[in-house]
Amino acid sequence: MRQLTEEETKVIFEKLAGYIGRNIVYLVDNKDQPHVFRLQKDRVYYVPEHIANLATSVARPNLMSLGLCMGKFTKTGKFRLHITSLSVLAQYAKYKVWIKPNGEMPFLYGNHVLKAHVGKMSDDIPEHAGVIVFSMHDVPLGFGVSAKSTSESRDLQPTSIVAFRQADIGEYLRDEDTLFT
Amino acid sequence: MGSRRLKHKQGAPPTLEEFQAKKERHQHRKEKTKRVSEEDRSDETRRSKKSKKSKKNQEDDDEAAALKELKKAEQELPEVDSKELAAAKKTLFDDVEEDDEELKDEFDLEQEYENDEDDEVEERPLFSDDEEADMDELNAANMEALSMKLDEEAKLEEEEAEAELVETDKMQPRAEILPNAEQEAIEEQGPPDLTAIRTRMIEIVKVLEDFKTLGAEGKSRTEYVDRLLKDICHYFGYTPFLAEKLFNLFSPAEAMEFFEANEIARPVTIRTNTLKTRRRDLAQTLVNRGVNLQPIGSWTKVGLQIFDSQVPIGATPEYLAGHYILQAASSFLPVIALDPQENERILDMAAAPGGKTTYISAMMKNTGCVFANDANKARTKSLIANIHRLGCTNTIVCNYDAREFPKVIGGFDRILLDAPCSGTGVIGKDQSVKVSRTEKDFMQIPHLQKQLLLSAIDSVDSNSKTGGVIVYSTCSVAVDENEAVVDYALRKRPNVKLVETKLAIGKEGFTSYRGKTFHPSVKMTRRYYPHTYNVDGFFVAKFQKTGPSKFDDNQASAKEKEAAARQEAVEEGIIKDDFASFDDEDDERYIERSKKVGLLKKGINPHAKKPASSDKNKK
Repeated sequence: MRQLTEEETKVIFEKLAGYIGRNIVYLVDNKDQPHVFRLQKDRVYYVPEHIANLATSVARPNLMSLGLCMGKFTKTGKFRLHITSLSVLAQYAKYKVWIKPNGEMPFLYGNHVLKAHVGKMSDDIPEHAGVIVFSMHDVPLGFGVSAKSTSESRDLQPTSIVAFRQADIGEYLRDEDTLFT
Repeated sequence: MGSRRLKHKQGAPPTLEEFQAKKERHQHRKEKTKRVSEEDRSDETRRSKKSKKSKKNQEDDDEAAALKELKKAEQELPEVDSKELAAAKKTLFDDVEEDDEELKDEFDLEQEYENDEDDEVEERPLFSDDEEADMDELNAANMEALSMKLDEEAKLEEEEAEAELVETDKMQPRAEILPNAEQEAIEEQGPPDLTAIRTRMIEIVKVLEDFKTLGAEGKSRTEYVDRLLKDICHYFGYTPFLAEKLFNLFSPAEAMEFFEANEIARPVTIRTNTLKTRRRDLAQTLVNRGVNLQPIGSWTKVGLQIFDSQVPIGATPEYLAGHYILQAASSFLPVIALDPQENERILDMAAAPGGKTTYISAMMKNTGCVFANDANKARTKSLIANIHRLGCTNTIVCNYDAREFPKVIGGFDRILLDAPCSGTGVIGKDQSVKVSRTEKDFMQIPHLQKQLLLSAIDSVDSNSKTGGVIVYSTCSVAVDENEAVVDYALRKRPNVKLVETKLAIGKEGFTSYRGKTFHPSVKMTRRYYPHTYNVDGFFVAKFQKTGPSKFDDNQASAKEKEAAARQEAVEEGIIKDDFASFDDEDDERYIERSKKVGLLKKGINPHAKKPASSDKNKK
């Protein structure tokens, strides 16, 4: 486990900014309970500081996970967000899409968000921006990128895609073997 | 046998001798009713004579009077059946001696069970006939008294009948329950007849419950027990070793309940994740999805029991969003006993798959720090998955042999040790335990558990303001893995004591078991059985660390600890310190003296020098 380098921080923050924009400051600047980013193997964890300190006593080969896993660095140096980061993203989300109950299961099975399933969505979503997908009861279900801006998607066909899925909570079941460690 | 189970099950088929006994009882009763009916008839003759007298007095309307009388009787006793009335009519109007034979026949033809009712019913008209005069004067005043008298008499009758039944049961010579050698040989050749085995098991349990009166002469208790164990192995599919081990934990009847409870699965239960939702909201959403559920019991505020569901309960959007986790009700217990407080540092030594860890985290409201350790790297995957799904951000997952603690990190406020075990409490979940567990397992597993528990005790901070608590739990019912381990820890670490678990349900732990006596405070541990609480078999013990010890900064690794434990086992051997020690000097004296006595008995003076040996020496 170690702190992130300058380079790595930049890559991660660029990625996060796509979903939560300027809210990113709240992640780093939490006076009540200071949080830090830590890298263990190729994964990045977002942890309360006191827990990060305690975790130093655990040897690297034996430390499997701590706090909340944000995602992992690929071999090419890119950063990929994991579904486990959803609770952080949902909290500070900039653009949101709510889907109707009949669209929940198709989305959780790994399909993109269709126009017919959208219950409501934020007004100002531009094209190819990171969006968080919620159910109508405000339960976060996953995240992705918008296929069209809000105004354009108003006059789409019911079967056309509004947002491309990147991750959904169905992965807890589907990808349990690869998602963690 | 357990009343709860038997209610839902078809009763065991009656055995041959039970059937015969019943037959004889019926025979007996039939004779009795005949006697009664004969008395009845004699009464009726008296009455008919009376009516004949009245004939002489009022010749004109004798028939009318008789009819009236009958009608009155009818009104008084509406429950009298028509057959009886017919009989009464016959005795009234016809010649009595004539139909004597006929009546007898009628009674013989009657079915046996009807006799029960007739017994009582016939009694009453007999009574009323005797005191006809009184009945005529029957009024509101004496009605109550009379009816009470009737009731009393009926009660007396019933009691007598019952006493008779009991007596016949006792007198009944028990048929052979145990098969002889020939029968056994035949049985072993053919395929097992499960119904017969089941019946025999029930019979043997009955005998064992009351061996003094029911045991066959010339048969010892062990013979019955051996047969029963063999049958259990056949019927339920246990290895003989495990069957005996489990059988010895209970009385014979309770053991049968336990074995039967292991054949059925426990109900599916879920735990609400209080970090993300509330139980009422969750129940509402699940009900809307077509799930039939109900709170588990008053002892938990977060558990729900699932009866049936139209959707897979492990794949609903709520499950994936981490609003609940599938968790056995018994797994709640150690965490409730642990009673985690906010802002503490807690260690779960064997955490996978994370049900208890996430419960601890939820009870702490994501404050403080939870170390979740598991020795198996593959199992940490599901542990991490559950921790993330339920949103427990105060956790550190590590992969150590738990005996490495406190070398890795010590000073915890509370430690939960849900030790790896033989799984004899969860046979209903995993039937392979029945055959896979051997004697060796019951030596090795407790050996590991003891080391783990000592490591847990050493890793706790005795100066903790809020905690200093260790909870030891297993999903096994075997004493070797539970009370024996707890007792060992109490002996090895005088700086811990057992405290009440504060759990609402559960049976007390054993303080002595098959010749071994444990520390009296072991009574404060709690045991759970599938047949008593319909949870998995489980054991929970709660320790409080009272002071520091020199072991607290033990920097030994797991390997070193293992070596030390082995060394210790060899030194201690099978003789524990409750056995007398040897004193060689003292023994020397006794040996000397007994030698002298031996020589004296042979007529040799022990003080005289042996000539032969001295000769030899000279040579």
